[in-house]
Amino acid sequence: MNKAIVLYLHVHQPYRIRHYTVFDSGVNHDYFDAKFEDQTSNERILKKVAEKSYIPTNEHLLKLLQANSEFKLSLSITGTVIEQLQKWAPEALQSFQALTATGQVEIVAETYHHSLAFFYSMPEFEMQVDMHRRKVEEIFGQTPKVFRNTELSYNNDVALWAERAGYKGVLAEGWDKVLGWRSPNFVYRPAYTDNIKLLLKSYKLSDDIAFRFGDHDWVEWPLTADKFSHWISEDPNGTNYNLFMDYETFGEHQWSESGIFDFLNFLPTEWLKTKGHSFLTVSEACDNFEPVDELDIKDTITWADTERDLSAWLGNSMQTTAIRALYDLEDRIIGTNDLVLIDDWRRLQTSDHFYYMCTKWFNDGDIHAYFSPYDTPYEAYINFMNSFHDIKFRLSGHGVDV
Amino acid sequence: MLGWELPPHNSGGLGTACYQMCKALSKKNLDIEFILPYQADHGIDFMEITAAKPQGVASVLRSGIAYDSYKYTLEDGTEQWLTIHDQQELYEHAVASLVVDKEFDIVHAHDWLTFRAAMRVKMMKNCPIILHVHSLESDRAGGQRGNPLVHEIEETAFMMADRIIAISHHVKKTIIHDYDIPADKIEVVHNSIEPSDIQPLDGDNVYRYLESMQAIGYRVVVNVGRLTVQKGLPNLLRAARAVIDHNPKTLFLIVGSGEQYYELIDLAADLGIGQNVLFTDFQRGKNLRDAFAIGDLFVMPSVSEPFGLTPLEAVSYGTASLVSKQSGVSEVLQNCLKVDYWDINEMANQITAVMQNDPLRDELLLNARVEYERMSWDGASDKIVDLYNQHTAGATI
Repeated sequence: MNKAIVLYLHVHQPYRIRHYTVFDSGVNHDYFDAKFEDQTSNERILKKVAEKSYIPTNEHLLKLLQANSEFKLSLSITGTVIEQLQKWAPEALQSFQALTATGQVEIVAETYHHSLAFFYSMPEFEMQVDMHRRKVEEIFGQTPKVFRNTELSYNNDVALWAERAGYKGVLAEGWDKVLGWRSPNFVYRPAYTDNIKLLLKSYKLSDDIAFRFGDHDWVEWPLTADKFSHWISEDPNGTNYNLFMDYETFGEHQWSESGIFDFLNFLPTEWLKTKGHSFLTVSEACDNFEPVDELDIKDTITWADTERDLSAWLGNSMQTTAIRALYDLEDRIIGTNDLVLIDDWRRLQTSDHFYYMCTKWFNDGDIHAYFSPYDTPYEAYINFMNSFHDIKFRLSGHGVDV
Repeated sequence: MLGWELPPHNSGGLGTACYQMCKALSKKNLDIEFILPYQADHGIDFMEITAAKPQGVASVLRSGIAYDSYKYTLEDGTEQWLTIHDQQELYEHAVASLVVDKEFDIVHAHDWLTFRAAMRVKMMKNCPIILHVHSLESDRAGGQRGNPLVHEIEETAFMMADRIIAISHHVKKTIIHDYDIPADKIEVVHNSIEPSDIQPLDGDNVYRYLESMQAIGYRVVVNVGRLTVQKGLPNLLRAARAVIDHNPKTLFLIVGSGEQYYELIDLAADLGIGQNVLFTDFQRGKNLRDAFAIGDLFVMPSVSEPFGLTPLEAVSYGTASLVSKQSGVSEVLQNCLKVDYWDINEMANQITAVMQNDPLRDELLLNARVEYERMSWDGASDKIVDLYNQHTAGATI
């Protein structure tokens, strides 16, 4: 039987806001320039991730791609991380370019700033998708054909927009609550669309690699490429197995010592041993398979935590007032034509800032579930709002009423 | 159990903590006899309360915490001034004669005033003693060494103790550093609070002026505590100066008395913020509860705070808090703002953020309340029973 693994990795780094106080507002405009030794230093974090994850993983991936022309994967890489790579780790960026140069790696479309603009401003959202497309064309020489929204946030409107924008596919979480009895391992047609196809993350298989791989208490530990290929071969319900995960799974979330790179090295040969098995990029998967059913997803789903909704970003009043206040400035900011100001305003739209303000794990006392460069969500909010006040201060410098 | 005070005759947090702890312990099938230095009615039925000198002290008048001096009125009506050291020695001897005919498995003593008595009982009966540290001389002295006599009693007792209970990691660390006691001898059992025992708010808030100012856009910062070096109020006032520069519609309500009272009033005037800082002197009852309730933010800027119950009381009355990182409560309350007591700029930054952003205030409170509702002395008492069992040679209590 014909079966394909669709491996898709997401690469992103935000511009974290430094410890930025009320004494900085109206005085310093360097929200994103923490001192190198600080916890929020973007340069330090980027260099660390490049060294620990991007460079070694790309080395493995490049060898695999060169050794096996049938091995393929897709990458989404945000504008904010490309900029940072250009500044602080150009050799890591070159290693990504080397991957795409093989012709076996496809880049996925998304917003340049990894923002939630889709839910707040369509003109701004479209601008950011366009900025990302141009950046990808410039750096990687290809034009994305499949779209993913930030944090894999998805509803019918996302699909409808993507179809009108000319994409052949869109990505989403294969969440049980929207799938019902259906399997995520087929191609679907989003409700109210005619041509676009929907690829759903097989979260169980993806999480086996992304979260459980190094867990010695997991009954399936140790996970080998052989065992993993066997599971998919034996599965009766599916054509395309979409393994979507953060790129940092390799070398950062799962350390090299866990054997994650060995797993990766053996996966292509193990999987391709069987006739009819293949690796496909996201657009190839859209080309190869016809939708088996239509999916009507009214409420927004994401790939985050057990709720699979936007509550990690927009779940409390600090988050919603902060993001609303930011988008309320849109027309006035754009109207200034001050490119530096506009850019800073866009950097503040990155969804990570709102994630850092999330309190839902914090009051469970489970602060280990809280991935953030700040000690508390309140600190994150204070830094953000002080930066926001400075943005308003700069806006008033343009004679704009704030 | 050797203690110095119990409510309603308590001067501060020590009595409340002992009361709540014993109440929770009594539910674990323990027989507790609590020996106090004075005789009074407490209306407590879950343990036996004994006065160390029933024939002597009839009532105790007190003005501050256990560290201050006391004026005692004897049963015959005469008044006698005793230094705290005289009192402490009287207690020691009284306890010694009291325990001759008593049988018990373990002695659990609270703070330095009872530590000599505990050591004496250990010598007489060869029983294990557990010392519970609610406050240390170096904390009360605001990080200085403090009274050498007190320091020496604490140091000797810590060495003699079978086990030490610290009410926070902050206290444990101080015992290790300032008294050279091995870390494995010290167990941390955090203080807690019983939400069901908090007296609810009633009627209109008494701080009418502050309410009316809030109605026209002002925001109120509250501090409740003794005005003493340990509490770090001068730093709060210096931060207040910067807050008011950014947000002139901010008022500070300082509730309490102490030796820094006039000094702080002077400081507020010198900083040019006299109009924005309101001092109420010492308050209790409704005036105190309403002070907690009127705040948009409660600030506890203590230089060194073994635990610090006031931020939890503030939460119970609907006010979010900012606490110094040098406090025990900062170890148990996640949903509050935290700052180093010396970092005046950061304190001002965080206070200003709350003054300018109501969602921050509301979110802090909402989540702190979730934590607060889950608090109880039950878990703490389990840990204490476990320690008792470890020290009673197989004879499970």
